[in-house]
Amino acid sequence: MKQNYWRSNLKILSILLSIWFIVSFGFGIIWSDSLDQLQIGGFKLGFWFAQQGSIYFFVILIFIYIYLMNRLDKKYKDKSEEKF
Amino acid sequence: MDTQVLTYIFVGLSFALYIGIAIWSRASSTNEFYIAGKGVHPVANGMATAADWMSAASFISMAGLIAFLGKDGSVYLMGWTGGYVLLALLLAPYLRKFGQYTVPDFIGARYYSNAARLVAVICLIFVSFTYVAGQMRGVGIVFSRFLEVDINLGVIIGMCIVFFYAVLGGMKGITYTQVAQYCVLIFAYLVPAIFISILMTGNPIPQLGFGDTLVNSDVYLLDKLDKVTTELGFNAYTENTKSTIDIFCITAALMFGTAGLPHVIVRFFTVPRVSDARKSAGYALIFIAILYSTAPAVSAFARMNFIDSVQEVQYKEAPSWFKNWENIGLIAWKDKNNDELIQYSSGNALDGVKPDFNNGRGLSGERLVNNNSDLSNSNEVYIDRDIMVLANPEIAQLPGWVVALVAAGALAAALSTAAGLLLVISASISHDLLKKTFMTQITEKQELLYARCSAAVAIFIAGLFGIYPPGFVAQVVAFAFGLAAATIFPALLMGIFYKRLNKEGAIAGMLSGLVITSAYIINYKFINVHLNSADNWFLGISPEGFGFIGMIVNFFVALSICYFFKKPPKSVDQMVDSIRNP
Repeated sequence: MKQNYWRSNLKILSILLSIWFIVSFGFGIIWSDSLDQLQIGGFKLGFWFAQQGSIYFFVILIFIYIYLMNRLDKKYKDKSEEKF
Repeated sequence: MDTQVLTYIFVGLSFALYIGIAIWSRASSTNEFYIAGKGVHPVANGMATAADWMSAASFISMAGLIAFLGKDGSVYLMGWTGGYVLLALLLAPYLRKFGQYTVPDFIGARYYSNAARLVAVICLIFVSFTYVAGQMRGVGIVFSRFLEVDINLGVIIGMCIVFFYAVLGGMKGITYTQVAQYCVLIFAYLVPAIFISILMTGNPIPQLGFGDTLVNSDVYLLDKLDKVTTELGFNAYTENTKSTIDIFCITAALMFGTAGLPHVIVRFFTVPRVSDARKSAGYALIFIAILYSTAPAVSAFARMNFIDSVQEVQYKEAPSWFKNWENIGLIAWKDKNNDELIQYSSGNALDGVKPDFNNGRGLSGERLVNNNSDLSNSNEVYIDRDIMVLANPEIAQLPGWVVALVAAGALAAALSTAAGLLLVISASISHDLLKKTFMTQITEKQELLYARCSAAVAIFIAGLFGIYPPGFVAQVVAFAFGLAAATIFPALLMGIFYKRLNKEGAIAGMLSGLVITSAYIINYKFINVHLNSADNWFLGISPEGFGFIGMIVNFFVALSICYFFKKPPKSVDQMVDSIRNP
């Protein structure tokens, strides 16, 4: 059971960290110059990701993590209480 | 009332507030001194973490750096926020579950060795002192400009204030002062940003304003800025000049370094439950993001305003802020073509870059420098990037109370970070070195006394760094991040996620990361300074980004060495299992 909890935890981590990598290192750095071809309002898109967008995504990612982990904690807590 | 008087009032009031809080929340046990009795609410802890985190470098230097670097400056924005995702997901909850006082505590227990603990203490002290030096310098700059006292006297005043609440209050005092300091600093950062955004674009939200059109025109601010900067011979503001690999590595070094900074990690030891550690990392990042998403807007406004208000202006008619900053030596003007007009463009104005002032005055009344002109370009202005945020309200001609507020905010930022760092240094000396290694039989009361003494000594040394600074604020801080990324972060991460790692692997990893990163940085920053350019760098990676390579070396060494020695004992296995379960 502990194993399952840890495995679900790792799954959540790998998904969220992939998004973390894509929005910052991906959109903000590696593909930034190509995204700059698109302009939204006064912002070139790559520039926006590098100086604004990535930060907003970071905040959202942590709160998704909090939500998912609280749900996971609850699920395993309920189960262990049923057992005893 | 004139700005100077207002500044004294604002700074005085904010200091009185901090001292009041320190007296109210002073610590009486080691538990309170080190981790505030684990009783801090996650929102309060989030604010305290944000204040702890946002240093003189974030408040004073960062927007100024970005203003001159343009898109290259994004490394600081992403680097110093993205690390919180790593911290929240990979470290904070587990370290809180472990539930001890310091970061070396964890490393010592997980790698079942006092040698590992000692290596961690050395890395931690190294990182924290490099970082704290930058803070004290920031305090000095603010004091000398706004209160017109000598930079050194400013540093000493700052030391006294920090001494008072860090030594008396410990973590508990620091936490609640930091909450107040966060409020002061964020207010001080946002007010001028909002004012300037309205003045320039008519949009009251700076985050949107800098993507908006200029007042009374259809031209976007950033497009105008690109045009103006290229005309003056700079690179376009929204384009990179550094290579992609260098930007990648600098960002990575800053992110992993952030997650490995002991004074940030230890903040998550102060909350009551594991789930609170996750929550408070989230709140911390919100509070940080408010400033960090405003900063690039401030940068763009400042660059635009700066060019507008000095370019082709007669020196005699130059705005008063220009002369004020010149008087304390952070702006210099050399009339290369003798037309009495200020010309600003790309390139260094002076030979040897930094001005060396003498006491003379030139024909227009400007301060004279001993440097020769750098005749390879027509730029006549030297400007220290650290002043942009502080000068911004004056450049935009905002009222005096806004200027005073910014001074108080900058001090809040520098003092809160310095206090957090000093506490980490003192805890690692009194707790890790004395209590756990060399003087294991001391009582709690004695340990508390030693903690206070080492905080006092640490403050004194930090002050010396501020008076004899080893470089300018942001550069020194970059060094600390590289080292944190290359030493502490990998040891913590593998400690939680890789059970097979034994003490031999961990120690070898930390030492190799420490040695290779500091050798590279010291070589290019202090010994072979003339070779510090992209052609000579390893794979084109600058010293600022080398912490990332140091980190990879650390992982590689640790994971290969660990197979030559026996597995960690069963008790460590169980400990790791227990921290993995909330």
